[in-house]
Amino acid sequence: MTQPKTIIEKIWNNHIVHQEPGKPDLLYIDLHLIHEVTSPQAFEGLRMKGRKVRRPELTFATMDHNVPTKQRHIIKDEVSKKQMHTLKENCEEFGVPLADIDHPDQGIVHVIGPELGLTQPGKTIVCGDSHTSTHGAFGALAFGIGTSEVEHVLSTQTLGQARPKTLQVKVNGKLGTGVTAKDLILAIIAKYGVRFGTGYVIEYTGEAIRDLSMEQRMTVCNMSIEAGARAGLISPDDTTIEYLRGKRHVPDGEAFEQAAAEWRALATDEGASYDATVEIDADKVEPQVTWGTNPAMCVPVSANVPDPASQEKDYEQDEVQRALDYMGLEANQSIDSVEIEHVFIGSCTNSRLSDLKKAADIVRGKQVHEKVTALVVPGSKTVKEQAEAEGLDVIFKTAGFEWRDAGCSMCLAMNDDIIPPGERCASTSNRNFEGRQGNGARTHLVSPEMAAAAALEGHFVDVRQYTKTALNG
Amino acid sequence: MEPIRVHSGLVYPMNRANVDTDQIIPKQFLKRIERQGFGQFLFYHWRFDEEGEKRDSFSMNDKKYTDASILVAGDNFGCGSSREHAPWAILDYGFRVVIAPSFADIFYNNCVKNGILPVQLSEDETQAIIKKAEQQKLELTIDLEKQLVVEEEEFNFSFDISDYHKQMLLNGWDEIAVTLTHEDKITAYEERQHLTG
Repeated sequence: MTQPKTIIEKIWNNHIVHQEPGKPDLLYIDLHLIHEVTSPQAFEGLRMKGRKVRRPELTFATMDHNVPTKQRHIIKDEVSKKQMHTLKENCEEFGVPLADIDHPDQGIVHVIGPELGLTQPGKTIVCGDSHTSTHGAFGALAFGIGTSEVEHVLSTQTLGQARPKTLQVKVNGKLGTGVTAKDLILAIIAKYGVRFGTGYVIEYTGEAIRDLSMEQRMTVCNMSIEAGARAGLISPDDTTIEYLRGKRHVPDGEAFEQAAAEWRALATDEGASYDATVEIDADKVEPQVTWGTNPAMCVPVSANVPDPASQEKDYEQDEVQRALDYMGLEANQSIDSVEIEHVFIGSCTNSRLSDLKKAADIVRGKQVHEKVTALVVPGSKTVKEQAEAEGLDVIFKTAGFEWRDAGCSMCLAMNDDIIPPGERCASTSNRNFEGRQGNGARTHLVSPEMAAAAALEGHFVDVRQYTKTALNG
Repeated sequence: MEPIRVHSGLVYPMNRANVDTDQIIPKQFLKRIERQGFGQFLFYHWRFDEEGEKRDSFSMNDKKYTDASILVAGDNFGCGSSREHAPWAILDYGFRVVIAPSFADIFYNNCVKNGILPVQLSEDETQAIIKKAEQQKLELTIDLEKQLVVEEEEFNFSFDISDYHKQMLLNGWDEIAVTLTHEDKITAYEERQHLTG
């Protein structure tokens, strides 16, 4: 009888092109996603060495990081403009398919991959972007790479990688009403820290994970990198297969049924072992709000900001104090007393149709607080169209939100969507690092529902108060 | 990439954990399409205020660290984004070695591919170097071949590095050229998987 294996080992073994003792395994890459920021130097490297793109048809490019989300074609920043133009030229020169700013498929690379059905179970997927872990939701081995690695994949369609250790994150029980996938992943990172996944690929398992929709699973896998893990994935099941059925790049008819059977077989075998396992009880997770400058600096909405004095080591005290100073918060302050000036609903973590629907349910018929500027940035043109078909744009605009075009936008503020110094944003994105949303900007990571509720109230509130009536009624 | 075998230089101590790549190089500097010239933007918002003036409160601006080529920092250095602009900025600024108790995976790989030696020492060893370098000018010698971090007076620490990464750094390999020697195996894989185009 063969040894039971995890999905991570199965995908790995299926992709080994070459193995040598003492060297990383050379893995075949099934899908290479690229965008304007981390690819120009890689294409330039190819040109300098007279190399070509080995498999342009396994490569897919889009523009997302720099694109304006209003007045789409007025790119004031000449350097941004040049970077986007360079991507277009490179894709033309090397024959790489591109969804540029005018293309109907344009969007955040981690939103459009799944949307188009390019992302499939069992694939190895890379992109010069750390949130490539998002695609792991489908049972793909997907991870972020640097620009030298982008060049390597363009040239060889392979990547040398040391075999990672495997880490099971087991989520027991069920999430409570009004508690989301975002709250779950934030709670996991708050509990185990920003580097417990370093050196590992995570597989998320357990009842609460099985209960998640594909879009919620993407939110969880997206933030694996915030725990230090380059990749985080979920074994495929009926939810995965039904999501993929009918997607453009997925086979149809008989071929789909055959692919589906192969995908199911990839799921981790009963009795397979991991190098490490951590667990969390879903029913104890509350809506979360980050208070500091990394995603583990996070508390439940009912809690207070920590006190540096209660940290064990002196450099930990320094770290907490520095974060509080940057964030303009007092030790032991209740998190729901924190007032905000901005709300951002978007990013590769939370900009899909279901995210927007849930936020819209909260704001329907209500008004954004007078002190708050609130922004909704759909993850792709397709998401935007679908949302408009359901009238979500009207709900948001009537409530006082701005309704923008697709892109990374205020998640990292490479375009004009920037939070001014010292101002505070409730954001559905993935990183609350110093300056992430603008120099001196203060970011609090939350779910779309929590962001929507904060937009109405002008400070953080437990969104379960808002949903109670709707859900019970 | 420039090979690295033995490096001696001055230490700049940064006693912070979880230094992320957004701090190493902020996003507004990622728009350039070149690999060079990022050193001026290294730790930009820590080094400079809103007016672009140097912050006296940030020790890297202290003249005594001007020639530093060894960066010593806290745990989980280089976490966050995959931007290779981070090691490009570190190298361009003049650092050849980064020492920390742990590194983020993508950042570590990005360093090796650019000829920056990432040295993993224990928390205690890192803290000892940081404390000393905060008090005085501290010169260290890092010998990659012997896997040692040495200082004249007291420090003599050994470190682990995979043999592959070590050879890459010692020889300054072009990894793509190495992989292309396995061209036949890549083609054979594609044929097995019916991936031939």
